[in-house]
Amino acid sequence: MILLEIKNLKKYFEVGRNRKGPIYLRAVDGISLSIEEGETLGLVGESGSGKSTLAYTVIGMYRPTGGEAIFKGQNIAVEYSRRPLTLKKEMQIVFQDPASSLNPRRNIGQIIGLNLRLHRKLQGVELQSAVVELLQRVELSPDYMYKSPMSIGGGEKQLVAVARALAPQPSLILLDEPTSALDVSIQAKIITKLINLQKELHLTYLFITHDLSVIRNVANKIAIMYLGKICEIAEAAEFFQNPLHPYTRMLISSVPVISEEEERLKPKKYISSGEIPSPVNIPPGCSFHMRCPERGTRCDTEDPVIVEVSKGHFVRCHLFRQGNDLCKDHQTESNI
Amino acid sequence: MNSDRLLDIRDLQVWYRVYGGYLKVLDGVFFHLGKGERVALVGETGCGKTTLMKTILRILPQPESHIHHGEILFKGKDILRMNYAELQRVRSKGIAMIFQDPTAALNPVFTIGTQLFEVTKHALPRSEQSKDHVSKIVISVLKEVALPDQERLLRNYPIQLSGGMRQRICISMALTAPRDLLIADEPGTSLDVTIQDQILRLLKELVRSHDTSTIVITHSLGVARDIADRIYVMYAGRIVETANSLELFSNPLHPYTVGLLRSVPKITGGGIASGIPGHIPDYLNPPTGCRFHPRCPSRMDVCSQKKPGMYHVSPNHFVSCFLYGEKP
Repeated sequence: MILLEIKNLKKYFEVGRNRKGPIYLRAVDGISLSIEEGETLGLVGESGSGKSTLAYTVIGMYRPTGGEAIFKGQNIAVEYSRRPLTLKKEMQIVFQDPASSLNPRRNIGQIIGLNLRLHRKLQGVELQSAVVELLQRVELSPDYMYKSPMSIGGGEKQLVAVARALAPQPSLILLDEPTSALDVSIQAKIITKLINLQKELHLTYLFITHDLSVIRNVANKIAIMYLGKICEIAEAAEFFQNPLHPYTRMLISSVPVISEEEERLKPKKYISSGEIPSPVNIPPGCSFHMRCPERGTRCDTEDPVIVEVSKGHFVRCHLFRQGNDLCKDHQTESNI
Repeated sequence: MNSDRLLDIRDLQVWYRVYGGYLKVLDGVFFHLGKGERVALVGETGCGKTTLMKTILRILPQPESHIHHGEILFKGKDILRMNYAELQRVRSKGIAMIFQDPTAALNPVFTIGTQLFEVTKHALPRSEQSKDHVSKIVISVLKEVALPDQERLLRNYPIQLSGGMRQRICISMALTAPRDLLIADEPGTSLDVTIQDQILRLLKELVRSHDTSTIVITHSLGVARDIADRIYVMYAGRIVETANSLELFSNPLHPYTVGLLRSVPKITGGGIASGIPGHIPDYLNPPTGCRFHPRCPSRMDVCSQKKPGMYHVSPNHFVSCFLYGEKP
């Protein structure tokens, strides 16, 4: 069952004006996605690609400029203040930096308790025991509820943020780079916890990250974003074994790895070059054409549309056409 | 004593004065580097890797830092006992450092040109400090780091450049004169994956072509494997293991290294291990004996009583763990 469906969602920010009218920063520019219940969709992109804006638009922090988002049959592309509380309860978010997402003037019991009081109308002893239960769920000892967020470590803070997100018993959790501020040994702990929680509570995740090796191990399906648009969507295993979009190949070949086995998986020919252009001046045609090693004649004028090359594998690139697998030179290359 | 060692750090202990005592950050670090060698120093946040590098250049915050013990021999001379003039010579001509955050490393109120000229001039002998000569060098290093349109770039302010370009400028500063040692502190961390890849590739090429001895500080084992011949693994102010890159990844011995390697997610999939339990110790009252023992899965009684030495396992492979040394 599809839990969340995003159709042609747009979010533009006005950043200035000139004679022709307002200048927009196109952070999210026509994205269509769907998330099945119980799965993890990984959203990958470099900084400035609009992945966080997409999450914030879904959760209601921004009002979308266009398009719609349908959650359990309801259109949620309306202002946050007009969303019913029951809808807010269904969706929770965990932010990147736990140090700034937890209120330093409240203790942890109060931080988690707010969500419980608001959404589950708990009070007194019931509230206390619910907080303790949530802390135990993320394997923190109950005495943490009297601690201040400033007195605990980064990994523990992120666990508190996860516990807070779990408090209203949501069905969808948006994880916005939940581990990128943490060390690898801590990151491993948090991710294992998140995967276990998903199984226990039957949660659906939208996992946003810039780290491809993390996403390989948590997501069922992966989408790559570049300048506000999706470049490629595929199942996780397929995505790494048979990456099609030149940008995806460039990304995968840029990941620093620690074993020969991984080294062999990297597409060899793709060496990264250039930098992401500003989302205020998105290049015409395909937004990636300036950095693309396989740029053709059409790329700088015509924006490609997203096509399904094989089942569940979508690519937005002129090199690929509906259904018929790959172009010739790509065929030989993916066999290397 | 090996005379081919460019840098030799022995039993270095650096403390920070804070309210309530001393933070005993570096606890007897041994570190050496041969001429032309490329090593990586790997460790997690707060393990003291940046403190170690700042001690080498003597740029620790004053007055709260306190070098308690040890010596740092650079080309046979102890940096910790140098006077100011000697120290300035080391900083301008001996050691170059690339900092983690290129935005903070460049002064926002001066143009790129002013900053590059300054650095280049001081690295040259007095007779070669003419403006033409300096500007020739500056343009050539900018070409080397693959920055286009050098003349215009020199008139730009750091804010007009992107993160990747700023880091290239910082690298070019290190190349303005032949230096004996290059220290790169997390050179790609604040950048995106594809940009980080570009910077690391550039750094690797330049280091190879100039044959400079290099220390790369990083928290990413993947980056270390990519760039270094030999790797030091640091935990809570001590070197816990050192080995050649290949050896370290195929045969890690210290329980911390093993845990760290297992925690790294792989692009081949296969799930993630559950990490290392616990967290980095409090430096005010660090654990007695081996500083890793409260988190160690194979701890013994002796671990909390005695500090382990550096035990030799195979050529170039040393481990600081009782499992591989003197048995109690």
